[in-house]
Amino acid sequence: MSRESMEYDVVIVGGGPSGLSTAIKLKQLDANLNVCLLEKASEIGAHILSGNVFETRALDELLPNWRELNSPIKTKVTKEKFLFLGKTKSLSWPTWLLPAVQKNHNNYIISLANLCRWLAEQAEAVGVEIFPGFPANEILYNKDGSVKGVATQDMGIDKEGNKKDSFEPGIELLGKVTVFAEGCRGHLGKQLIEKFELNKGKDPQQYGIGFKEIWEIEDKNHEEGLVMHTAGWPLDNNTYGGSFLYHANNKQVFLGYVIGLDYKNPHLSPYDEFQRFKTHPAIKKIIQGGKRISYGARALIEGGFQSLPKMFMPGALLVGCDAGTLNMPKIKGSHTAMKSGIIAAETINEHLKENKNLSIYEDKFKNSWLHKELYEARNVKPSFSWGLILGIIFTGIDQILFRGKLPFTLKHKHADHETLKPAKQMPKIIYPKYDNIFTFDKTSSVYLTGTNHTDNQPVHLKLKDPNLPINYTLEKFDEPAQRYCPAGVYEIQKDNDVNKFIINSQNCIHCKTCDIKEPSQNIIWITPEGGGGPKYGNM
Amino acid sequence: MKILVAVKRVIDYNVQIRVKEDGSGVITDNVKMSTNPPDDNAIEEAVKIKEAGKATEIVAITVGEEKAQETVRKALAVGADRGIHVKAEGTLEPLAVSKILQKVVDKEKPDLVFMGKQAIDDDCNQTGQMLSALLNWPQATFASKIDVKDNKLEVTREIDEGLETIEINVPAIVTCDLRLNEPRYASLPNIMKAKKKPIEEINASDLGVDVSPRLQQLKVEEPPKRKAGIKVANVAELVQKLKNEAKVI
Repeated sequence: MSRESMEYDVVIVGGGPSGLSTAIKLKQLDANLNVCLLEKASEIGAHILSGNVFETRALDELLPNWRELNSPIKTKVTKEKFLFLGKTKSLSWPTWLLPAVQKNHNNYIISLANLCRWLAEQAEAVGVEIFPGFPANEILYNKDGSVKGVATQDMGIDKEGNKKDSFEPGIELLGKVTVFAEGCRGHLGKQLIEKFELNKGKDPQQYGIGFKEIWEIEDKNHEEGLVMHTAGWPLDNNTYGGSFLYHANNKQVFLGYVIGLDYKNPHLSPYDEFQRFKTHPAIKKIIQGGKRISYGARALIEGGFQSLPKMFMPGALLVGCDAGTLNMPKIKGSHTAMKSGIIAAETINEHLKENKNLSIYEDKFKNSWLHKELYEARNVKPSFSWGLILGIIFTGIDQILFRGKLPFTLKHKHADHETLKPAKQMPKIIYPKYDNIFTFDKTSSVYLTGTNHTDNQPVHLKLKDPNLPINYTLEKFDEPAQRYCPAGVYEIQKDNDVNKFIINSQNCIHCKTCDIKEPSQNIIWITPEGGGGPKYGNM
Repeated sequence: MKILVAVKRVIDYNVQIRVKEDGSGVITDNVKMSTNPPDDNAIEEAVKIKEAGKATEIVAITVGEEKAQETVRKALAVGADRGIHVKAEGTLEPLAVSKILQKVVDKEKPDLVFMGKQAIDDDCNQTGQMLSALLNWPQATFASKIDVKDNKLEVTREIDEGLETIEINVPAIVTCDLRLNEPRYASLPNIMKAKKKPIEEINASDLGVDVSPRLQQLKVEEPPKRKAGIKVANVAELVQKLKNEAKVI
């Protein structure tokens, strides 16, 4: 069956900060450009999850009058704390001893989901056509191999792949340039990186899994504008990670945890580390008497400069974390994602008007503050492969004394799916029971995400080899998917003494961790039917 | 035949509802909103009837704040021909909405008015019935099957005892059950086309309807938390607990 097609000057895949910035900048450069933007969530913002302490640098360039446009950027950072946690003790690290990149005065505590909703309003006001609920699930190519556009997903397919009465075929969106802005581990971006060998000569990409909860806390514990980070407990010296706790407005705190997906122990459960973290006395006293109102999780990119793929290819560009522009020591990726979108828009405009090659994207990137930021940040994350303590000492030297200008570049040696050690060689971790006050099970957490996928649709988590989880991964790694999935999608169930690998795909909150961490890369995340997934509010 | 379909914007059914701290209502800021699910069935049925050549025009109508217009736009994307948005702020009770619909019916002169059997936010299940009384038209509520027969409708109703089939004269009000049909998806080209379809905007005040609430809302609070269950060792303990603790036997 042939699909309908629609032609645009520029087709953008993904309605996060990078895609929306690309769209707005394009229309600013030329109001006559036809620009459309596809988003897999049911509305813009519903799949966005981020800390978030926001640096306005890129927004100042994109919409200099943002303060007059009723933006959701309201809470200025007023105070900062950094704690090292022991099991029960905590040590406050003087903020003057923090590298400049980790200082946050002039920044704001925001909800990135709300910022994206607002950016979408700005984009629609200048004529960008935004289509939420339409995942792009296929890349279309011209005969010469260049990217021609994308196709949206067919809707109304049952779990066996047959058409239901409500079947609605996908359509082809053809762009003179297609911009991929899917965020970390975009499932089309991944295919493009492979097909065009965009990561040739680069270090393997590094990822983390980030959790976030929003708590409404008691007045006496709330200090609007306070930004706090911690390192240390409950993680050991060899596992990379830390927490954030931001006091937003309305008596809310944004509380979260990030763990590097290069962890080695297959018994580790990132979700349970996060839950356990909340029981530390230094954290407990803040959320005591409060109420958890939101939960979510999302993978993020940590590879930085060394792992950044080539961001252009014939007919298409990668922007934001579909490439990997997050600045790890700064713990920020929104302003860099937006900047990459702005540069992409400038590139496309010159490409369309003056017939310049899309490769000028790289030159523009190299001449921008974005490149300088990522270059200076490059050695921090790899230094933590030596452990927390050496990592901190090195980072102090690299960031405070040399400001990122040391004359060498440390390498990321392994991809995250290669780092797990066999289960038998690693210690089991017994996590405490959930108390339903500070800590909660996965089911009640997923309930808060509003996640839903239409019944009777094909499973969107594909196994390359359906027998591998039981025949190999369970035996060798005790099937870590049961633990790294933050939504309880994967289970091993015993049926008459026979182990079965169960995929509860309806619970999936689209974090992409399984696609990254599965030791044999056996799980492929693809887009489910449009509008499925979490319905995050102000995450 | 002309069909008027009423749609309402409500908090999406997947969203966990949170009550405002001061007990004045529920939180709607930055919460995903959608069309009330059975209203989608109402639109779908109207479109099916039109596709079967038994209706000539479908008009979608909503009453509410600025953003309520999204629901009309969605109805246009799945097959309604034009829209009406009656603008009104604040709490709108079923009586106010049915009075507004009555005024619009007087003007539009539809043969049928469809809507969902109830809205999932206030669960009132009143607007269709009140409109029927105001217009003095027959009504068929909780419809799970509708057959259009010349100037009559044969409607199967979902009732407590099972299914009831009735025949009513047109013009009529029909409130729709979720079992009526499976609403279609809005395709991307149809969403594009819907952006160009006309939506007439009317201020509720211009219709001469007093929309002020007749009910006073005292307090909104969350339902009590369910207590965790316990495991009993044997039947004797169960009986003992049912007798002495639960006091149900």
